[in-house]
Amino acid sequence: MRIGVPGEVHAGERRVATTPAVVRDLLKLGFEVAVEAGAGAQANYPDDAYVAAGAEVVADTRALWSGADIILKVRAPEMNSALGVDESELLAPGTTLISFIWPAQNAELMQRLAARGINVMAMDSVPRISRAQKMDALSSMANIAGYRAVIEAANQFGRFFTGQITAAGNVPPAKVMIIGAGVAGLAAIGAAKGLGAIVRAFDTRPEVKEQVESMDAEFLELDFEEEGAGTGGYAKQMSEAFIKAEMALFAAQAKEVDIIITTALIPGKPAPKLITEEMVKTMTKGSVVVDLAAEQGGNCECTVPGEVVSRHGVTIIGYMDLPSRLPTQSSQLYATNLRHLLTDLTPAKDGNIVINMEDEAIRGATVIKAGEITWPPPAPTLSKAPPKPKAATTHVPAPEAAPKSGVGLIATMIIGAVALLGLGQIAPPSFMEHFTVFVLACFIGYQVIWNVTPALHTPLMSVTNAISGIIVIGAMLQVSQPDGVNLIAILAGLAILLASINIAGGFLVTQRMLRMFRK
Amino acid sequence: MNQGIVAVSYLGAIILFILSLGGLSNQETSRRGNVYGMVGMGLAIAVTILGSQVTSYSVLAVAMAAGAVIGAVLAARVEMTAMPELVACLHSFVGLAAVLVGYANYLDPHVQSQFSGVELAIHEIETYLGILIGAVTFTGSIIAFGKLRGSIRSAPLLLPARHWLNLAALLVCIWLGHEFMEAGSPAGLTALIIMTVVASLFGIHMVMAIGGADMPVVVSMLNSYSGWAAAATGFMLSNNLLIVTGALVGSSGAILSYIMCRAMNRKFIAVIAGGFGTSGGTSAASTEGGEVVAVSAEETAELLRDAKSIVIVPGYGMAVAQAQHTIYEITRLLRGKGKKVRFAIHPVAGRMPGHMNVLLAEAKVPYDIVLEMDEINEDFPTTDVVLVIGANDIVNPAALEDPGSPIAGMPVLQVWNARTAIVLKRSMATGYAGVDNPLFYKENTRMLFGDAKQSVDAVLKSLAE
Repeated sequence: MRIGVPGEVHAGERRVATTPAVVRDLLKLGFEVAVEAGAGAQANYPDDAYVAAGAEVVADTRALWSGADIILKVRAPEMNSALGVDESELLAPGTTLISFIWPAQNAELMQRLAARGINVMAMDSVPRISRAQKMDALSSMANIAGYRAVIEAANQFGRFFTGQITAAGNVPPAKVMIIGAGVAGLAAIGAAKGLGAIVRAFDTRPEVKEQVESMDAEFLELDFEEEGAGTGGYAKQMSEAFIKAEMALFAAQAKEVDIIITTALIPGKPAPKLITEEMVKTMTKGSVVVDLAAEQGGNCECTVPGEVVSRHGVTIIGYMDLPSRLPTQSSQLYATNLRHLLTDLTPAKDGNIVINMEDEAIRGATVIKAGEITWPPPAPTLSKAPPKPKAATTHVPAPEAAPKSGVGLIATMIIGAVALLGLGQIAPPSFMEHFTVFVLACFIGYQVIWNVTPALHTPLMSVTNAISGIIVIGAMLQVSQPDGVNLIAILAGLAILLASINIAGGFLVTQRMLRMFRK
Repeated sequence: MNQGIVAVSYLGAIILFILSLGGLSNQETSRRGNVYGMVGMGLAIAVTILGSQVTSYSVLAVAMAAGAVIGAVLAARVEMTAMPELVACLHSFVGLAAVLVGYANYLDPHVQSQFSGVELAIHEIETYLGILIGAVTFTGSIIAFGKLRGSIRSAPLLLPARHWLNLAALLVCIWLGHEFMEAGSPAGLTALIIMTVVASLFGIHMVMAIGGADMPVVVSMLNSYSGWAAAATGFMLSNNLLIVTGALVGSSGAILSYIMCRAMNRKFIAVIAGGFGTSGGTSAASTEGGEVVAVSAEETAELLRDAKSIVIVPGYGMAVAQAQHTIYEITRLLRGKGKKVRFAIHPVAGRMPGHMNVLLAEAKVPYDIVLEMDEINEDFPTTDVVLVIGANDIVNPAALEDPGSPIAGMPVLQVWNARTAIVLKRSMATGYAGVDNPLFYKENTRMLFGDAKQSVDAVLKSLAE
């Protein structure tokens, strides 16, 4: 099948849906790839690079759209002002469109696309299951947005992020508060830490505390009992009392921190207002607020979506296109997400896609199938519970034997003592003498062997091989028979031969091994 | 030479042997220890040759010279991967020598005439036991040798009613022992020969029933038996040198067997009874499922290049693929770039205790970066990349997480705590224990499929670029 990658027409959009590296992978899957001329220019992927990777570069936009079986895009279809036609009109029936769609917000677009009789896979609808992580474009974009948010903040902030002790005086490190420790929040924590700031993070889901702390940031906690985890790994809306406690915390922090980055979103709802104008007033002049929720109305009351504004001496950044401001990186990650999805769609690697609605990840992403709206999908079965060990596992190993009770130990010792006494009764003194030597030798062996380092256990075995060749002594005492070479002498001679092999072989191989051990 | 000098020399040999084993407590003193052992052995042999009981030197000289040459050639030629075979082979020699000495002693009328009454009875028991243990050691080691070389299938051979067969063999041996004592010398020879046959069969059966995964235990157990055989011979000959040496070797083997069993969380008796993996739990079938993430050699090299702290976990698969030399090259390269590279050795990695250490030493890996499981397990959370090469069961998280797993409770290397674990593996097949490994499905695990040697060669190549 032929994949078409048109340039993005949205104003200010600099990303592109495929990169030369990904083109090579797509060709390996059996696809043909056509890229619109100049599509990757703003993301620093020139046309030559695509050609070098094996793609065809097409100048005619209409031909590109109509000639493709699969269209890969970043933004949802919209008006192409250069051609004077809506992109959805360019889609031939039977085509598969893969891009961000936002079906919940774009009901009218969905109707139009369905009317075209095509398949549509929405990258924003890929379910959040661990198997689909590799195609989760929302996470890749959120990661970039979180990073960029810190960079934008640093750009507007009039001081260092990191603390320094200079000849001209001490510079305290900047204090950054991050609200919402999702993918974007965690990326922001990483970037801010990397610049040397003191980072605090807040999230309604207590289970992310560990992740925050693992990044060496402080997790702000409320003295309040409420679980904030909703379905699908997102946060849910919280109770009024909780929000009150939360707001009090933010108000206190606002007086203290220099940078606030908010990433709080609740799926399908306007962004919660977490930073009030009052709080902004209390912030130090020159502070910066970056609102990653600007697109959904913003977490800060002062946010103007898409713009940088100054309110009460505080800069408030409301950019909605942060991923697009890092176009090379975001194109690369997005294109890779698409490539993973296409890999799953072409199990035979023959360049033909199969939309398998049994596959949970593919089912979730497919919002229109052959002109029929299939959105929303049935709720994903989240992180499947690990199969419970069957109740009938009779094979569970017996619990460790309880340490021997004192009584048992004493009993064992008494039995041992009695047995030894019995032996002493009947055994002649000569035997007892040897027996004493034997028992003492066992104890010495026990002490000595436990001291041997495990790394030398193989040499230990070969050296014990060698010294157990001491049995040669026994054979030597027998080999000299008064009547010359008889059966006994032959048996003893054989034993000497074998034991000598042991002695020579054991010691020499031990020596050889030990010589290998070096620092 | 008078008896006093002989006794003192034997005492000197005993002390030197103990020092020899003591020397193995660390690498610096180990070579000196081995020299002590050689001196002790030389002393014991020299004193015995000069003693009054040795008069005919021709047989002695021929046998010793031939043995020494054969031994030296074996020692010089053996591949380090084949060390377990050599050790098993040497065990069998001790066993056979014990049998031969026992028979020679029994047939020698001079010796027999020295004893009477209780002493005679005890002497006969000693002879009988010496031959019994020697025969079991001999045949058991031969089978172990065959299994290690691969000329005998390593899967456990499970005869029906095998436990009853073993019990029957034991009872027959006790009854034969009784007959042997009643008959007196030399009429008891028939009983002695039959017992030797029964004991030999028992040795064969015992090791045949033990699976490949338990080989480290078997090798150390036979090591122990060879010691006890020497000790029994010492009792028979009233020779303290043999008794002490046998006891040292016997307890050494016993401790190694214990360490191996503990490292696999297995009961010693259960290993000896054999048949591991057949009576196994039900949950071996409950495949975890999930998706594995495969990486290429280039990506692996990339991960290594970005890592600061790296741990390599080798298993026997590495030795089979002969990948250790390339691993050393990679280690050298990475250490040259200032990275912290260490090796983590599980006690049962390889086919005999300490086998992995020797293989790495042969590949010139410095021993101070080769660490034991207990030394390194807590360092995994601060490790960037773990390379698991040809190992499976020893890195299986199911041992800790799934109480229904057949290997539950076995201490394992917790590689999944590292930031990324890369598993080099031929295929998705299970390890010795036949248990699925949830490690492969963990989020931070990457799989590098293919022959270990080729994979590490490719990684080395792209690292060197």
